[in-house]
Amino acid sequence: MISIRGLTKRFGETTVLDAIDLDIAAGERVVVIGPSGTGKSTLLRCLNFLDRPDAGTITLGDVSVDVTRASKKDALALRRATSFVFQNYALFANKTAKENIMEALVTVQGRPRAQAEQRALDVLAETGLANKADSYPAALSGGQQQRVGIGRAMAIGADLMMFDEPTSALDPEWVGEVLDLMRRVAERRQTMLIVTHEMQFAREIADRVVFMDGGCIVEAGPPGEVLDSPQDDRLRRFLRRVA
Amino acid sequence: MRALDLDYMLGLVPVILGYVPLTLFMAAAAMVCALVLASLMAVERVVKVPGLDAVVVLFISFFRGTPLLVQLFLFYYGLPQVFAFLTQINGVTAAIMGLTLHFAAYMAEAIRAAITGVDRSQWEAAQSIGMTQAQMMRRIVLPQATRIAAPTLVNYFIDMIKGTSLAFTLGVTEMMGAAQKEAAGSFLYFEAFLVVALIYWIMVEALSQGQKRLERHLNKAYAR
Repeated sequence: MISIRGLTKRFGETTVLDAIDLDIAAGERVVVIGPSGTGKSTLLRCLNFLDRPDAGTITLGDVSVDVTRASKKDALALRRATSFVFQNYALFANKTAKENIMEALVTVQGRPRAQAEQRALDVLAETGLANKADSYPAALSGGQQQRVGIGRAMAIGADLMMFDEPTSALDPEWVGEVLDLMRRVAERRQTMLIVTHEMQFAREIADRVVFMDGGCIVEAGPPGEVLDSPQDDRLRRFLRRVA
Repeated sequence: MRALDLDYMLGLVPVILGYVPLTLFMAAAAMVCALVLASLMAVERVVKVPGLDAVVVLFISFFRGTPLLVQLFLFYYGLPQVFAFLTQINGVTAAIMGLTLHFAAYMAEAIRAAITGVDRSQWEAAQSIGMTQAQMMRRIVLPQATRIAAPTLVNYFIDMIKGTSLAFTLGVTEMMGAAQKEAAGSFLYFEAFLVVALIYWIMVEALSQGQKRLERHLNKAYAR
């Protein structure tokens, strides 16, 4: 249901994504691993045009975009078919936890306020933050903020949820609760594309692990294969470093 | 040195106070217009509309680069000689226009700085949930920029209240003009202008108290 062909992104002279091909089936959980600076985050950010890709096509459900000819409308269509969890949470600081989740439902999806509020409260309950509905982000711990960030992405009901190193900015004590919430999301067969350095989590949650290096997908397959019997030298070196 | 004529001053207070509504009206009208104009220019400076950007830059440069009094004279006495329809404009309107344009130029820069001060990742979060640029600005960026810019904007409003006294030079009888007229009869210039100064001072102090309350309100979301 998601099909990426020849996706390329350059920053100046540097090619960050080098003609990436990737298909993701509905309900599939794909984890992207690899050294820093190999384009993992850029891959995610190009899929919803936070970074504008230079070449390639992205097909997401019934939205198909040739990125060289993409209009503002195409970018919006991709963004509305996806949701994004940021490394640094990126909650709206002027809105409460509940309002952060309601925002997309009311402003973008045009749902009635009362309905959006109910949905937000339901999502907050699922994230275990029902009692924080009226708290502003500044009053929440890092772990709580990221759970609201995930809640905001869950509530949209997007075809594809993307997670850009969702635990990398967290104090170790908050990592567990965020990963737990992601596990619960995964259990619903939500299609997920996750960039993470949590290898144990990747092994547990992923249907497929994708190893990227130098802007290319070097190796991909079930976690058992990729993590336990890596074929490529770069992947072996990487796994030794993070082990 | 002669003693202050306190009785005269006390008698003058209600007369001058009668002109406070006009002063506040001019300042408030100019503030509202300037805020709208400044916000539009600030947003334009951030997103940079091709073609328009140069116009906005030129506007800001001119109105920051020339004195308010010169601008007021240019509008009120100068422009009607060039554009006949402007002769209809009275002093109050000209003062509001002048204050609007002058302060909009300053406020545009303050708001622009405040907009760029809103955490970039929140812009991206707004985009990621599918907001249009206008929705992002209106719902996420501008409310937070308002908080950042609020202290500066209140300072400009204070400046604006005091700036309305220049309407006197356009023949408007406001607080300053009224004091001038009174003093011309009594020759007690010091007393008359002292009353004006004290009333301005009290108004601005009252506003500063309001500013503190406003900032406390705006900072509510950011308390840890």
